[in-house]
Amino acid sequence: MSTEARAVHFPAADWDGGVHPYRVGHRKLGMWLFIVSDSLTFSALLMGYAYLRASNVWPTPFPFYPSIVFSSVMTFCLLSSSLTMVFGVSASSRGDKILARKWILATIFFGVAFIVLHLIEWNHLISEGVRPFSLPAHWVSTFTTTDGKLPSPLFGATFFTITGLHMFHVATGAIYLSVVAARVKKLKHEDIEISGLYWHFVDLVWMFVFPLIYILSVDVGGHLAK
Amino acid sequence: MSVETHEAVHRHEPPTSFIRKYIFSLDHKVIGIQYILLALVAVIVGMAMSVLMRMNLSWPGTNWPILATLFPGGAPGGVINPEFYLSLVTMHGTIMVFFVLTTAPQGGFGNYFLPIQIGAEDMAFPVLNMLSFWVTLVGFIVILSAIFFSGSASTIGPIGGWTGYAPLSALGQIAGPGQGMGMNLWIISIAIFCVGSLLGALNFITTLLNMRTRGMSLMRMPLTCWAWFTTAVLALLSFPVLLGGGILLLLDRLAGTSFFIPGGLYVSGILSGTNPSFPVHTGGSPILWQHLFWFFGHPEVYIAILPGMGATSHILSTFARKPVFGYRAMVFAIFAIGLLGFFVWGHHMFISGMSPYSAMTFSILTLSIGVPSAVKTFNWLGTLWGARIRFTTPMLFAIGFVSLFVAGGITGLVLGQTSLDLPMHDTYFVLAHFHLVMGVASIFGMFAATYFWFPKMFGRMMSESLGKIHFWITFVGVYCIFVPMHVMGLVGMPRRYAQFTEYTFLTRLHPLVVFVSVVAIITVLTQFLFYFNLIWSIFKGKKAGANPWDATTLEWTTASPPPHDNFAGVLPVVYRGPYEFAVPGAPNDFVMQTEPETETERVGGNGHNGHRH
Repeated sequence: MSTEARAVHFPAADWDGGVHPYRVGHRKLGMWLFIVSDSLTFSALLMGYAYLRASNVWPTPFPFYPSIVFSSVMTFCLLSSSLTMVFGVSASSRGDKILARKWILATIFFGVAFIVLHLIEWNHLISEGVRPFSLPAHWVSTFTTTDGKLPSPLFGATFFTITGLHMFHVATGAIYLSVVAARVKKLKHEDIEISGLYWHFVDLVWMFVFPLIYILSVDVGGHLAK
Repeated sequence: MSVETHEAVHRHEPPTSFIRKYIFSLDHKVIGIQYILLALVAVIVGMAMSVLMRMNLSWPGTNWPILATLFPGGAPGGVINPEFYLSLVTMHGTIMVFFVLTTAPQGGFGNYFLPIQIGAEDMAFPVLNMLSFWVTLVGFIVILSAIFFSGSASTIGPIGGWTGYAPLSALGQIAGPGQGMGMNLWIISIAIFCVGSLLGALNFITTLLNMRTRGMSLMRMPLTCWAWFTTAVLALLSFPVLLGGGILLLLDRLAGTSFFIPGGLYVSGILSGTNPSFPVHTGGSPILWQHLFWFFGHPEVYIAILPGMGATSHILSTFARKPVFGYRAMVFAIFAIGLLGFFVWGHHMFISGMSPYSAMTFSILTLSIGVPSAVKTFNWLGTLWGARIRFTTPMLFAIGFVSLFVAGGITGLVLGQTSLDLPMHDTYFVLAHFHLVMGVASIFGMFAATYFWFPKMFGRMMSESLGKIHFWITFVGVYCIFVPMHVMGLVGMPRRYAQFTEYTFLTRLHPLVVFVSVVAIITVLTQFLFYFNLIWSIFKGKKAGANPWDATTLEWTTASPPPHDNFAGVLPVVYRGPYEFAVPGAPNDFVMQTEPETETERVGGNGHNGHRH
């Protein structure tokens, strides 16, 4: 084989060792791999949601106000937090750790705001009567089809499970960023970049959850209000 | 951009305290041995359970006084009841698949030898590595406890098979014995195991990509490293899906959701929703659980077998004293098997009621796995062809692996076809198929690996004569156990039944059932020879040098056992591929990977050296 013949002339030519072959540190690569695997956990839940939604009568109960307005503000918070994280990482890449810390604190602020808003939204739904195992009575009567098929009680189950797991990730991220902010002077730039990777990933998950859970369940005809 | 050298990042001094050295160790070698010990304990538990099951099948009503004491609910008066039999089935499967076939090949041998074979001093994340072992151990303790926490007045473990099919597994106590606390613990144990495996997989991939030594290009890695790498990728992508499914199943049981529970169920005489003990459930899909489970479950089968394939390739080449036939094809075949493994999960679900069109697709994809599997098999045969084979114990087990892989794999082609699978599903034919190919074959891979690498791990050889007795009895034994099971399956004997005494069409099989049980007991007892050999050889075995097998890869360049940082502070430099045996003109019949090229090679070139990538 000609490739082998060529190899003879280049002992260890293609890989000399001593540096990371793909120009990425251990921890950064590790975080990317974690993101890949975690996105599969979310994919499993979202595929399960799609499967159950397709095989059931699915209620579409979210009114424009408050649910969609609320969730849009939440989305805005998360998007803003991604922006502030970008500024934070950028400040860190210039070596300005103090400024980086300020941006990371802003990121944490938006993240916590997201969680607070989300809990208000949860509380709102729970007080309306949504449970992991049942729908409020007036939802059931509104969304029963003309041929008598009842809407699926799995609405609450999928909603609370998927948004709950996402909220858990945001909360974990806020704690993670707090540690990064506290130790920012001791950390290398790459470590701050890695925390940014995680944060952007959590945002990206929301960009799937928001349309699939909220927008697809908008009460378009205003059935519940009638 | 991080460009610091390996040494600067990962130099750590050997710890001195006992706890840091042997218990909470960060050394990948110690962690590897911890994983192997865990598997050695777990496999005894699993084997004991299989013996109990065989006894119950062939001599129904056998009285075990000790069982009456240990499991008053499961074996009242010492006689195993059918529920306890089913919980044994569940525990045997779960413990064997998760805590033996997943821990020993990957967590054990992978942990120990992947860093050494690529010339690294340790794994990329030593702390994560330690955590992944301890998390896995917690999972093992939880699964063992499951059998003792099954609710009121009963010591029957979880019942559901290792697949935990819904709705049985999702309903809770109402569904009958074995569906109480034990089932919750079963799910929690699996979830814990998922986390441990994810941490391990992340570590393996990072280590392999980032920490190869000077000259160790991807195509110069031993095939073992390729196998561990592919296995880690499979684990990284499949365990999170099981984790997701496990969360949903647990919510079904504890939070009253109905992800996997359809409406209108009539269980234990109660219609769903008509009694507070069985609240209303509707809208869920048991098939969804099967999809989520098997999306993980099929790659899991390859997680079990791929490291065995890697070890077999490595060992066949070493003792055939020939380069691996078609190294590059072997690499691509490993990857092809791993990749296809993600698209065939539906072949476990042909009778689930899914669309026949998707069954057709899954069937075709399943049969196509035969292609890379055949590439590997023929390359193994090509490696052996015309070789002057050294029939050492590891070599015998490696050849045994090839034999079992072919024998078990052939029936995979039968079961992969929908029309044939329909009658054979859930019979002993399936049982025989997967025990041969993923159970026994992987175990043979691990036996081969143990006999092969033992001298490196402990500085002493294992006894060859004991090893050969162990091999021959085990090899003949497993065929005598599993070949008759194919026949039983063809006759129509169903899996998981506690007894067959009431089925007249199966009574004529009873002598065969007894034969299998007798052989199984003999084979299980023979395994204690292996345990004895292990322990005896650690203290009394013949001293081994650095390279007792005249092998070529990096682990044989360092001392036996290797020092704390593997290469005593000097990182090896690699000049050639991993399997340079019988190189024309070379002074020995093997050339180490670290050996620089000679002038004659530079001019003349020779067969098999470092492929470029």
